[in-house]
Amino acid sequence: MLEIRDLRAGYGGTEVLRGVSLDVNAGEVVAVLGSNGVGKTTLNKVLSGVVPATSGTIRFNGAALERAAAPEIVTAGLIHVPEGRKIFPNLSVRENLELGAYCRPRRGRAEKIEQVYATFPKLKQRARQYAGTLSGGEQQMLAIGRGLMSEPKLLILDEPSLGLSPLMVEEMFALIARLAASGLAIMLVEQNVVQSLELAGRAYIMENGLITLSGPAHELKSNAELKRAYLGL
Amino acid sequence: MYSPQIVVEALLNGLMLGAIYALIALGLTLIYGVLHIVNFAHGALLTVAMFMVWLACARYGLDPYLAILFVAPAMFALGYGLQRFIIGPASHGKDNGILLVTLGLSIIIENALLAAFQSDTRTITSDYSFKVVELGPLLLSFPRVVGFGVTIATTILLWLVLHQTDIGKAIRAVAKEKLGASLVGISVPHVYAMTFAIGCACLAVAAGLLMPSFYVSPKTGAAFVLVAFTIVVLGGMGSIPGALIGGLLIGVVEAASSLFLGDSLGQIGIFLIFIVTLLVRPTGLFGARA
Repeated sequence: MLEIRDLRAGYGGTEVLRGVSLDVNAGEVVAVLGSNGVGKTTLNKVLSGVVPATSGTIRFNGAALERAAAPEIVTAGLIHVPEGRKIFPNLSVRENLELGAYCRPRRGRAEKIEQVYATFPKLKQRARQYAGTLSGGEQQMLAIGRGLMSEPKLLILDEPSLGLSPLMVEEMFALIARLAASGLAIMLVEQNVVQSLELAGRAYIMENGLITLSGPAHELKSNAELKRAYLGL
Repeated sequence: MYSPQIVVEALLNGLMLGAIYALIALGLTLIYGVLHIVNFAHGALLTVAMFMVWLACARYGLDPYLAILFVAPAMFALGYGLQRFIIGPASHGKDNGILLVTLGLSIIIENALLAAFQSDTRTITSDYSFKVVELGPLLLSFPRVVGFGVTIATTILLWLVLHQTDIGKAIRAVAKEKLGASLVGISVPHVYAMTFAIGCACLAVAAGLLMPSFYVSPKTGAAFVLVAFTIVVLGGMGSIPGALIGGLLIGVVEAASSLFLGDSLGQIGIFLIFIVTLLVRPTGLFGARA
């Protein structure tokens, strides 16, 4: 579904991604793990057309997207729920969801919003409230709900558990598991290694702008080097 | 002392002139709120719109109010093109770049108008110019009554566009969260250009309302925009209700100080109110706290 080959990108003269290759297949959950500053968020920004790639290829369902602008990528169904949520604080919850479907026809929008409300009943209670007044967990739900409104074929979730209470983190991973069970392909970009490996089928470990380790999640879980580096065991 | 009737008439006429100020400020504050730049070309673009209305009336014999229907789309297209193909690309995403580009643009436009129309002041002869509306014992200038009504209608229309349409919601979204907007597939350059275009269309409406009772020369816009800048800061940078209320307030203050201090000191009142507001409420009447 998503094929990234030798992707390079950076800011100014600094190269952040130094040749990343990875794949996500239809219906699978792939975790991209790594500590702060290894280039995970940059990878997502390149995938969504916000930061330009300097070289390499991105193919999504057969279409070349490495030079595409954001609207084209969203229309193709590659949806990125960013780190820090980036919801529209000055718009109501409902308006945030409506804008999620900005690249989709207006028909059926109300039904889609009802579906998102069914997944996140909290959002329905707060429908008319400004999104900026929501709690952190609710804002994360809204960000994911807005992503679902874009009719994703592949959903990239960047640090969905960041800054949430432990209880909320549990809830968030349970939700991601439900989304995955519905058949949606998910690329989960996280620092939370243990829980991400529980959820994902396969995982990539990123270090310093490169993929250094990859494989089925259950194998990586028992990988001695990974345990040492990320779990301190 | 003046009779109460004269005072009330003056204040009402001031209120209605303020409405046209508000319309000019509306475009300025919208552009500031979304693009986060002060558009220095606003005055020159108002002059362009006024010349368009003048041409439509003097050359083609159109009614000045009817001319708005043609000038507004033309200014909308001009604004879209300017932002999308000149201001945006020339500023390379830097805010101070945009500032200088709009300043440069205003100089080019003013001098182009000067070359085309010389520095003469031009007026249109219209039946509306000296018409008055009788409201009980009060006599109100007809162009200003129309201006007031059209401004209120334009503000309501703008509010509806911003709150009920997808592009309006996208404009509000881009104003606060550019990255989030890109990620739902909103083209930020397009939204910037649409915002600039709407601001220019507001100028076209203002130009149509001004021409029956005012003149145009290549420098005319600048005088209005100085007042409009004051209104934008007074009402709160980027606030649409602020621009409307601020504009009306400035109109009334200007009328009151002209009446009591004399015409030449009329504008002093504006800047007194301005300074006092900034001392008491630095974010303006409706401005969000930074």
